Amino acid sequence: MANEVVDHGRRRFLTATTAVVGGVGVVAVAVPFIKSWEPSDRAKAAGAPVTADISKVESGQMVSYPWRGLPVFVVNRTKEQLSQLPGLAPRLVDPDSSVSSQQPDYIKSPDRSIKPEWLVVVGICTHLGCVPEFMPMIGPEPFDPNWKGGFFCPCHKSRYDLSGRVFAGVPAPKNLQVPPYHFVDDTHIQIGVDPKEGG
Amino acid sequence: MIKRYFLSIGLAFGLLAGAVTAHAEGPELPSSGAGVGDQASLQRGAKLFFNYCVGCHSLKYMRYSRIASDLGLSEQEVMDNLNFTGAKFGEQVVSHMPAGSAEQFFGKAPPDLSLEARARSTDWIYAYLNSFYLDPSRPVGWNNTVFPNASMPFPLWELQGVQTAVMKPAKPGQDPEVEKLELAHAGKLSPEQYQQAARDLAGFLEYVSEPAALQRQHYGIWVLLFLAAFTFLAYLLKKEYWKDVH
Amino acid sequence: MAGVFMRIGDWVSERAPGLGPMYRKHMTEYYAPKNFNLWYYFGSLALLVLVNQIVTGIFLTMNYNDSAAGAFASVEYIMRDVQWGWLIRYMHSTGASLFFVVVFLHMFRGLLYGSYQKPRELVWLLGMLIFLVLMAEAFMGYVLPWGNMSFWGAKVIISLFGTIPVIGGSLDEWIMGDYLPADATLNRFFALHVIALPIVLLLLVVLHLAALHEVGSNNPDGVDIKHGPKGNRWDALKPADGIPFHPYYTVKDLAGVGFFLLIAAFIIFFAPTFGGWFLEHDNFIPANNLVTPAQIKPVWYFTPFYAIVRMIPSMFGTAVWGVLAMFGAIAVLFLLPWLDGGKVRSFRYRGTGFKVALILFVLSFFGLAMIGTDLTDEIFPKVFGEHIDITLWDNVFGRVMTAIYFGYFVFLWAYTHLGWEKTKPVPERVTTHD
Repeated sequence: MANEVVDHGRRRFLTATTAVVGGVGVVAVAVPFIKSWEPSDRAKAAGAPVTADISKVESGQMVSYPWRGLPVFVVNRTKEQLSQLPGLAPRLVDPDSSVSSQQPDYIKSPDRSIKPEWLVVVGICTHLGCVPEFMPMIGPEPFDPNWKGGFFCPCHKSRYDLSGRVFAGVPAPKNLQVPPYHFVDDTHIQIGVDPKEGG
Repeated sequence: MIKRYFLSIGLAFGLLAGAVTAHAEGPELPSSGAGVGDQASLQRGAKLFFNYCVGCHSLKYMRYSRIASDLGLSEQEVMDNLNFTGAKFGEQVVSHMPAGSAEQFFGKAPPDLSLEARARSTDWIYAYLNSFYLDPSRPVGWNNTVFPNASMPFPLWELQGVQTAVMKPAKPGQDPEVEKLELAHAGKLSPEQYQQAARDLAGFLEYVSEPAALQRQHYGIWVLLFLAAFTFLAYLLKKEYWKDVH
Repeated sequence: MAGVFMRIGDWVSERAPGLGPMYRKHMTEYYAPKNFNLWYYFGSLALLVLVNQIVTGIFLTMNYNDSAAGAFASVEYIMRDVQWGWLIRYMHSTGASLFFVVVFLHMFRGLLYGSYQKPRELVWLLGMLIFLVLMAEAFMGYVLPWGNMSFWGAKVIISLFGTIPVIGGSLDEWIMGDYLPADATLNRFFALHVIALPIVLLLLVVLHLAALHEVGSNNPDGVDIKHGPKGNRWDALKPADGIPFHPYYTVKDLAGVGFFLLIAAFIIFFAPTFGGWFLEHDNFIPANNLVTPAQIKPVWYFTPFYAIVRMIPSMFGTAVWGVLAMFGAIAVLFLLPWLDGGKVRSFRYRGTGFKVALILFVLSFFGLAMIGTDLTDEIFPKVFGEHIDITLWDNVFGRVMTAIYFGYFVFLWAYTHLGWEKTKPVPERVTTHD
């Protein structure tokens, strides 16, 4: 019973060190479990880039392609429709596409496209996720006497112009999202890959 | 006291190791020397598989994209050199052959090889690839000493050459047994080169049977080092507290 | 910072006044004998493995598909496509085997130091129930990957129930929900494996610990510290040879946990199939109801019991005897507290007869395991020559081992109840500690 004196400093130091190292271990073990919730290789393969043949899409027409389970709208816009876009700016929430999450940085307003006539947007309303309807005709509509063509969401009446830009005064807060895409050649686009990496 | 612990733990491990090695199943096979550690060998094995095997055998759990990332190949290289079926990069390896016609040709559908190395062993695949011989009595003209009466022809014959069997003198009332195989016609590769090719192919199939093996071995060493450090700390902590106990 | 924790602690204990006393009862004021040795690590390790099995199991269910058509592929999906799925699966499969390693050692500790003797009979009974449920849990988990060993293992084990006269045939159809192991079997085994049995296991573990802390832990000397002198440096009224479980055994067990994890991690990362012992070669082949694997045998932890089935021939037109013997081998363990009428607990102070008998018992367990794993088929020809009749040797060896296994219990009863045992004096205080 001679060495009754407890070295509290050493004891506290060892307790703290073991606790910290053990804590690091617990966090490290948690990482694989958390990562196991990320998309699996199967999900990634199913969500792989989609190549769409757009040669059959006539001027003024829209075709929807599935990509990662989402409808991607590809619209072949007419000259007349394109000419309406700049004038709509005062009625829009984000006419200059300044919210960076809604399009890649190579997509600029007002046409929000790589080639002006081709609009490529994810057809999911930014309000609560419904699929908007394509209403391309220029002319009065029940919901808008001044309609210049665009997208109308049946769920809560949100409206977007033919560049997918959201009108002010509707429930949806943001423009429709433009996915990364690029032109493989004149008649094919690949959705899911930016122009730079997809060669 | 501590010494006795370590002695008994050591003894227990010795017994376990003995039990594990005594667990060799079936006839003993020569070691193939194949493994998943040599990336160049895996790449050669992949090339052989996709040139000679995929016509009949699928790897239905293995994705082209995974082969690319694990074997250090680009998407372009895999799609140009390994993928001849027009499958997408993220898809799994399916053979060209429709299942029905395979059964017509060989009597049974060629098995999927995704897990062959885990079900049989890498050494078995290596030995199998070295043991084909000409046997006119078989429907496909080939037989195999490791897997007698296999219904598989030997697609690598142009590499290895053609082996024939030297039979043991038949005992009355018994089927003749193969004594050894001889190379009757040389192939494109020398025997040493062919054995390396078989090793590459066996190694590739071992990789395919468990792609995670590469990650396992990569992370494993760090996990062990970390746990060793933790155990040492916990041991010091125990020592410190147990100074109270007399 | 410390102040914040104190305030939270006060806030909780005002609202749940029972928590503090409960913590003290089971941790800081649970006085355990100070002379625990290596054998006393395996209880806390079993708890650790149980937690591992539950956590990894929960994550496996997220990607597993319990249909006969999809089960095998979903396991490969976990092994290949799910991020880190391979690690979670290997932690679970390695954990299953290590669970039995630690549980067998934990049970052997009980035999060695007489931990089942009065007053700890209830602790032992609850522990045996845990073992029984654990075997059912392991068997059903083994079926889930739906490899060829899973399928045939299920078929053979379920057929054990089919040997029961009269009701057997309809009983095994009832268990399978089909005429062979199929979707219905897999569905119900999955439900039992992931929900029903784990709940029962957890409940039993809580009861096992509660019963233990009621009577107090035994120790390598088998000395009852509660009946010894009182007063230690923490409490004047508590046993002199007791030390608070926390911090002394928590830090000691922590070191044990570290060492155990080192071994477990080595297996998980460098030998996950453990040479075909933990994950069998034939289970990488999908279930095939037309081809039985050539090397069919149970997974290693069942082999000692399963070997007994093979050693008892069918008699009077029924194979039920072997099955009865196998279940008997487990049932007889439940009776141990009453079969052993020994006056002392620990191996250290028991008579020579007990020591020899326990060693023989352990050897018979290993011997039966060797038969069950077919190791004897490889060893006997090497030792006794190629020309021996292996079946005959197997049967002779296996029956001797079976006789020793059951003989242990008969001998133990006679040895202690007929007063043949000459014990050594038990010291008043515990002897050594580290």
